[in-house]
Amino acid sequence: MGNRTIVPFGPQHPVLPEPIHLDLVLEDERVIEAIPRIGYIHRGLEKLVEKKDYQQYVYVAERICGICSFMHGMGYCMSIESIMEVEIPERAKFLRTIWAELSRLHSHLLWLGLLADAFGFESLFMQSWKLREQILDIFEETTGGRVIFSVCEVGGVKKDISSETLNKMKEVLTAMEKELKEAAAVFLNDSTVKLRTKGVGVLSREAAFELGAVGPMARASGIEMDIRSQGYAAYNQLDFKPITDQGGDCYARTKVRIGELFQSIDLIRQCIAIIPDGEVKRKVTGNPKGEHFTRLEQPRGEVLYYAKANGTKFLDRVRVRTPTFANVPALLETLKNCSLADVPILILTIDPCISCTER
Amino acid sequence: MSVVKKSPWILHYDGTSCNGCDIEVLACLTPLYDVERFGIINTGNPKHADILLITGSVNEQNIPVVKQLYEQMPDPKAVVAVGICATSGGIFAECYNVVGGVGKVIPVDVYVPGCAARPESIIDGVVKALDILEVKRKKR
Repeated sequence: MGNRTIVPFGPQHPVLPEPIHLDLVLEDERVIEAIPRIGYIHRGLEKLVEKKDYQQYVYVAERICGICSFMHGMGYCMSIESIMEVEIPERAKFLRTIWAELSRLHSHLLWLGLLADAFGFESLFMQSWKLREQILDIFEETTGGRVIFSVCEVGGVKKDISSETLNKMKEVLTAMEKELKEAAAVFLNDSTVKLRTKGVGVLSREAAFELGAVGPMARASGIEMDIRSQGYAAYNQLDFKPITDQGGDCYARTKVRIGELFQSIDLIRQCIAIIPDGEVKRKVTGNPKGEHFTRLEQPRGEVLYYAKANGTKFLDRVRVRTPTFANVPALLETLKNCSLADVPILILTIDPCISCTER
Repeated sequence: MSVVKKSPWILHYDGTSCNGCDIEVLACLTPLYDVERFGIINTGNPKHADILLITGSVNEQNIPVVKQLYEQMPDPKAVVAVGICATSGGIFAECYNVVGGVGKVIPVDVYVPGCAARPESIIDGVVKALDILEVKRKKR
């Protein structure tokens, strides 16, 4: 038995865009245990529901996280709409689906870039982020914002997308698909990349299930779990099958996410083909009363939204269970017995979003 | 490139930001904006940094972290507060755990507006901080 040392990791660390602190208990180069300490980004967003009314809170919900911003707004709006029994127009459902899938594209590309940066492949990082800028251009054209759009509202969406823009979007995505294939080939076939990802941080199917992993983390361990298959928004009208892999290691998680990139492009194409004409929002009057749970699939996994309303314009409670929170136990499991040099990659592999987790 | 007096190295720290500004700070480094052509590098080490970019407001737990990072940076140094949260707390100003803008803890030289701040304005803020660095350097 070697010497035990504790290496502090974070809160400010080059590989992490966000602060999280881990105390890594090491025995020589092996990690025996990882003890997380969080709270650096805690703001107390859920309590803010008492100060902002239920329509203003959409803007707060979108700022729970800047990366999956649209889907947070969408999840909150969906739960309020369910309480108020508002059926949003069909076109709004499709528009939400398109924006949600675009968000997934930009989030996964961002993650791929950060992963490349973590194993020191700088040009691949740049390539992924270059591709991502094309998605941001689409966002800017359709919503006006690059990362935070404020386009979702209770009762539908604020902006419509014209059919010319939709067709243009399709062309951009088709052109992007080719470049994406080239980048994906490097992630999946390059021998140096494989050395860093293959067999690293294996999470078995049983462990993933027991620890309650969600999203690509669970799917890469062979659990076929994707809330999109429950058919919220317009997903019930699209041809969709979750992408899974049996590997359970970093390579499998990369593969699942790359698969989902192409799947998102396909879903957007399907949406554009069958999107109906009509209104994009319904006028909402009165105040909500009741409670509701909403589940939806974010880029990082399943998110739960709980809202409780008391009949006034201020809600009683909003609770969000974010995917990173569900994935932290699985992360701590994979960190055990890994080598210190793999820690940055393993942390990135769950696609951590600390800002969501701590709110 | 005679207009650029110095190639500043940047230290980025995320206060309680929602990530929106963070990913825009990172986007500044990538091919579309590419600040590295001006010699601006994002470093992870406070002892190498000239400019501290902070996104998001401060809360009870990260006050010591922000102070420590600032103190570890060598003089002359400049602080750029990116986004409305770093300026005043923004939409989160009323939250119980938010103390306020970064200015409450360390002296801020440049405030960059926006929610989320656009890469163009972040770059503009860094360029403004360069002039301030020059003034501080001459004063020493």
